[in-house]
Amino acid sequence: MAAKGTTVNALASMRSDLSRRKQLDKVFAIVGLAVMLGCLLILLVLFVDLVRNGWPRLTYEFFTSFPSRRAANAGILAAWVGTSLIMVVTAVCAVPVGVAAAIYLEEYAPKNWFSAVVEINVTNLAGVPSIVYGLLALGLFVYQFNLGQSIAAAGFTLALLILPVVIVSTREAIRSVPKTIREAAYGLGATRWEVTKDHVLPYSTGGILTGMILGLSRAIGETAPIITIGALSFIAFLPSSPFTSEPPYISFQWLSDPFTAMPIQMFNWVSRPDPKFQANAAAAGAVLLVMTLLMNGIAIWIRYRFRKKINW
Amino acid sequence: MDSATTSRADNLVSTPARIEVPKLSMPVDDTRKTRVMQVKAAVENLNFYYGSNRALKDLSIMIADKQVTALIGPSGCGKSTFLRCFNRMHDLQADTRYEGTIMLHPENINLVGKGVDPIEVRMRIGMVFQKPNPFPKTIFENVAYGLRLRGTRNRAVLGEEVEQALRQAALWDEVKDRLQDSALALSGGQMQRLCIARALATKPEILLFDEPTSALDPIATAKIEELISTLRNQVTVLIVTHNMQQAARVSDYTAFMYLGELIEFDDAAKIFTNPSKKATEDYITGRYG
Repeated sequence: MAAKGTTVNALASMRSDLSRRKQLDKVFAIVGLAVMLGCLLILLVLFVDLVRNGWPRLTYEFFTSFPSRRAANAGILAAWVGTSLIMVVTAVCAVPVGVAAAIYLEEYAPKNWFSAVVEINVTNLAGVPSIVYGLLALGLFVYQFNLGQSIAAAGFTLALLILPVVIVSTREAIRSVPKTIREAAYGLGATRWEVTKDHVLPYSTGGILTGMILGLSRAIGETAPIITIGALSFIAFLPSSPFTSEPPYISFQWLSDPFTAMPIQMFNWVSRPDPKFQANAAAAGAVLLVMTLLMNGIAIWIRYRFRKKINW
Repeated sequence: MDSATTSRADNLVSTPARIEVPKLSMPVDDTRKTRVMQVKAAVENLNFYYGSNRALKDLSIMIADKQVTALIGPSGCGKSTFLRCFNRMHDLQADTRYEGTIMLHPENINLVGKGVDPIEVRMRIGMVFQKPNPFPKTIFENVAYGLRLRGTRNRAVLGEEVEQALRQAALWDEVKDRLQDSALALSGGQMQRLCIARALATKPEILLFDEPTSALDPIATAKIEELISTLRNQVTVLIVTHNMQQAARVSDYTAFMYLGELIEFDDAAKIFTNPSKKATEDYITGRYG
């Protein structure tokens, strides 16, 4: 009888203890949810505010007009064309270099103090303020290489800026390919390059593309470095077309043309005293935000597609 | 140490591939008393180091040609480490070192020699791993990959060889209608047989199995064991297993390892019925391990 009483007591105390632990669990869930919703809310308010202020300006003409002295006529044509072209240059430069560097570090480099130093520095580079990249590019690309205030110079600058991001995310993607898969390929007599090109790269494409797009969506909003290298903020013409009517039908003249970009255009409008330009800035901001969200959306979609195909 | 190894290696070069096996003690009333072992690989004083940690200690053993040799022993005894010496898998890791020789007959190439290319070794010696590790490609491409590495481009030839390997691995009937499906859609046991087919397609001289059934259910395990038994007479098999019944079922020769050393090596029948060492007996009767 006494023994039974003890077990009942023990069970009761275990239950009360368990309910306390479960309460703590619930508290954490609520705190986490609140914090997450808070973050989302801030972004949402920001976006809604931009759209509300810029709504009257978000017309077809806004996308097809050059900047103007009259706020009502001003548009972002030069800015979004410039931004798009810069992104192309950035991607074309940063991705091959970044992926190659990541492959070397992950698959080839011997693990010693030298590779450890390189690794730490690559990670540190991701934290270097973007203005520093701007100054580097001003000295190197604009003056030393005589690229001037061109799309090429801007693209190279932003490529440098996102290179660490691309390297780090590519390494992450490469590392997620299981060791057993590498062993299987090596076991069949593959060389390091064959293992890399036949297995490691194809299986990590999703992660690599995701990293690339996240890098680009960081680059798209960067203002400081391209102001430093001398982007124009008032521009009433487009870069030359990459396609021509005469052979060889493609031209690289646009690379050396002057440019403006979305954040520069916004910056310019925000700094004007006329409140009508503030609406333009808000509209451009909303467009830029949508561009970024779109890129992130693509990254998520790519990751989802590849995850579905390859499930370790 | 180095000079000693070299001279031993020199001696081995002059050793004929067919040799008497003095180290094997046969049961007294065994009619095969005069049996000779056709040697595929001769391991002599093999030492292996992870950094300064000596994981294998002076191993010497003969691997019989076209027979199944099993390596048994408790976890951490070095049996997988030993197995991975045969196809130089350790070379993928930094700071590892081999000493001694693994002579591959009939050419007498020292598999762990400094001048021997590990990739060449892996082209001749296949491996099946603990966990089924098919590539996330089609079933066909999995089996064809080794052939492609060896320069086979002709689709008809590839198709033939893939079919032959899949038949050899007793998987053909189950997958012949879906060769273009992803290998990841197969069951665990099928995946492991696919990995065996992938290794067999390259016609390895020795096939290494590193606990090939430890991730499989009993039925899949039985199929793999049956398959390994049928591979006897076709390819030299070296299998690591922690399952003693498995070693008893599939192997012709069995080696018992403990703490990086070879304790006993003999006919499987002898090891499992009448081991000559106390440690072996303790292990196979389940007294430790």
